[in-house]
Amino acid sequence: MSKRTVELELATPGVDAQGQPTRVPLVADEPDLGGEHLLINLGPQHPATHGVLRLVVELDGETVVRVIPHVGYLHSGFEKLGEYRHYNQIIPLTDRTDYLSPMANNVGFALAAERLMGIEITPRCTVLRVIACEMSRIISHMVWLGTTAIDLGAFTPFLWAFQQRERIYNLQEMWTGARLTTSLTRVGGLMADIPDGFVEGLREFTRTFPDTLDEIDRVLTRNAIWAGRTQGIGVLTAEEATNYSLSGPMLRASGVPWDMRKDQPYLGYETYDFEVPVGEHGDVYDRFLVRLEECYQSNKILIQALDRLPDGPINVADPRVILPPKSRAMSDMEAMIFHFKQVMEGVKAPVGEAYVGIENPKGELGNYLVSDGTAKPVRWRIRPPAFINLASISKMSEGHLLSDLIAINASVDIVMGEVDR
Amino acid sequence: MNPTVGALQATFGNAIGRASDMRDGWISVTVRADRLKDVMTWLRDHPEHHYDYLVDVTAVEYRDRERPLEVVYLLRSLARKADLRVKVELDPRGELAVDSVTPLWAGANWLEREVYDMFGVVFAGHPDLRRILMWETYAEGYPLRKDFPLRGRFSRAEQVRQALNVNPEANYSMEELSIAEAYDELPADMRERLRRGDRGKVRESE
Amino acid sequence: MKHVIETKEVAGSPNYHLTTWKKLVDWAVNQSRANSLWPMPFGTACCAIEFMATAASRFDIARFGMERQAFSPRQADVLICAGRLPFKLAPVIRRIYDQMPQPKWVISMGACASSGGIFDNYAMVQGIDTIVPVDVYVPGCPPRPEGLLYGILLLHKKIKGESLFDAVRRRDEQLLDEHGLRLPPAEIDEVSEPFGNSVHQFRSA
Repeated sequence: MSKRTVELELATPGVDAQGQPTRVPLVADEPDLGGEHLLINLGPQHPATHGVLRLVVELDGETVVRVIPHVGYLHSGFEKLGEYRHYNQIIPLTDRTDYLSPMANNVGFALAAERLMGIEITPRCTVLRVIACEMSRIISHMVWLGTTAIDLGAFTPFLWAFQQRERIYNLQEMWTGARLTTSLTRVGGLMADIPDGFVEGLREFTRTFPDTLDEIDRVLTRNAIWAGRTQGIGVLTAEEATNYSLSGPMLRASGVPWDMRKDQPYLGYETYDFEVPVGEHGDVYDRFLVRLEECYQSNKILIQALDRLPDGPINVADPRVILPPKSRAMSDMEAMIFHFKQVMEGVKAPVGEAYVGIENPKGELGNYLVSDGTAKPVRWRIRPPAFINLASISKMSEGHLLSDLIAINASVDIVMGEVDR
Repeated sequence: MNPTVGALQATFGNAIGRASDMRDGWISVTVRADRLKDVMTWLRDHPEHHYDYLVDVTAVEYRDRERPLEVVYLLRSLARKADLRVKVELDPRGELAVDSVTPLWAGANWLEREVYDMFGVVFAGHPDLRRILMWETYAEGYPLRKDFPLRGRFSRAEQVRQALNVNPEANYSMEELSIAEAYDELPADMRERLRRGDRGKVRESE
Repeated sequence: MKHVIETKEVAGSPNYHLTTWKKLVDWAVNQSRANSLWPMPFGTACCAIEFMATAASRFDIARFGMERQAFSPRQADVLICAGRLPFKLAPVIRRIYDQMPQPKWVISMGACASSGGIFDNYAMVQGIDTIVPVDVYVPGCPPRPEGLLYGILLLHKKIKGESLFDAVRRRDEQLLDEHGLRLPPAEIDEVSEPFGNSVHQFRSA
């Protein structure tokens, strides 16, 4: 395990020698004028709230006394809608919850449905799903990086990050036909195999992507403004992070080394060689370093996955679950019946329930499916990492300034589609 | 079998119902609603089991009206990498009330608010139980119940009218309004309005 | 059906100069309005990400005049509703629309903003045109950046057809009626009728 220590020499450091945040006090000879606290409303329409989030902030001057987040402004009734759809019809819904990393959501739901039905996917499908998850991790972290940098005043990394996203979007469009709402997986396999040119395109991407990360690293990591605005801000200790049920980079930045890919592996992640960055201080700066390093590691995993991509079918060879090819469905009676049953009635899952949690870029995305033997689930519950991570914002921002609140809000990496579902 | 289950049954006796293997490899154990607080405290604090991480709190109502409505807790012990599913069964036709585990795991705060919003389960001891995904004065009911239709109970025009009549600034909790401290001194009708969740409308300027 | 009534003034007729002057003023005003529309990005969901991608360097809406994103509605010209609109957000978008000064236009980006999209359920407004008047609907889920750019160009074309002097073609304020609705209730119910898969809303099994 390697350790990266960033040493900075700042003229006015954000943290002093004991690690406490430094604040330049306003010296005034007048007595404290007192006065009441100000209750302001940040959102739901606001450029820096990363979506339709409403923060009611109680301020004492410029110091935040209390922050109360109001969510639900993007509540779309996903879970109710899922009860009226077949399992394969729910896959397009999963794109729209966390729309920054759609393929990872597709994979998470498909894994839960397959666990419920007791289906084991093919080796090629496993590796392709790993590729999809890591591509999603990269694009999600690029959005996070770009928007957080914009919130704190740095506009250029946003353009660099979005340029890299466009390259991944090209690959996603090549594979699934859609830039953003991919609907990649099906229960038992994938919607389509990767086309010609995909492997070369992705290899080209992995060759040059670390250069962009190095550029962003050069611009931000040792930047006095960046470090001053993010060090010592929004600190959560490891015990608090565990108690607040945080997950993903938020949890790891606080020092808790829990990553679903290493600790409860799925899709063969235990066979890949990668490291999981774990922070130390639990502040916004550590979360930034953790997410930046995760991008490097995702790149590493992508290279390994491309090298080991096996040949073979992408779909499991079960005609009750996978639609037969159209030519056979039109000519062969048995295939036509299988096609008819799947499309009209849907694939029936056995009675039971299954919960599968995967490592989404935001945290642990869980899909809890309960079935009563029919083709539509009785209950589809999305365990939303962003929703649970967001609840800790009131704890993190007490005592900070209003401008720190923007940095803290950005560091939680929320996507309101997932928070509100 | 998860060693916790045996220890649970030994400690709490008949408050623990059946334990079953689930399709995903987790063990699910049913707990009686009145002993939930004790069981959860024991699960979190016992040094051998130490379920320090709450993964999720949710509720499941079945289409079969004879089956109970279950409140499901997904627990995890990070150190032992062990998972456990705890269920509390409630009568879907009766009153839905259960103890809150927010004092044990702070992450349960919003999760329980969402279960209240979607199912109407009241969590006793929750610091701030109000709707989280729908607006506070939402009048159509509890959306994820099985007797709630997909497109809602009211007509679309009525839903638009009710939505447009909500003052977007008025959804403050008692905590946010400084009158929370002076609650007892308020006039009775104002207290009644606040208790019902009606936070008032901005008066049209004269 | 479109009725275009165009009066052609012949040089030498008494109203010629006035009409020519009016046409010139209209042309100048419309050109400046269309080519410098500052958008108010009311981005809620996935379409907001495609809007951000359109604003980034590859597709770049700045070259169509949308140089500055006006995050304050008081300084915005066009409200781009990018994403789905739940009922909880309905009073918010109406208030933002009311806060925008005249002249203002609305682009409804995406299927969910135009008609409710795939979310035909209790929580979603079935098209923002039940709440704010919409000028251009851009379909797609999400629409490609090129699609959004085409929608913006259609809006430019619409603006260039407006007139300050003709009451039919002028851009007037559209307020809510005394019941607080923009359309009569029967019309709201009619445009929100279920279709497709959502017709089977009672058959969950």
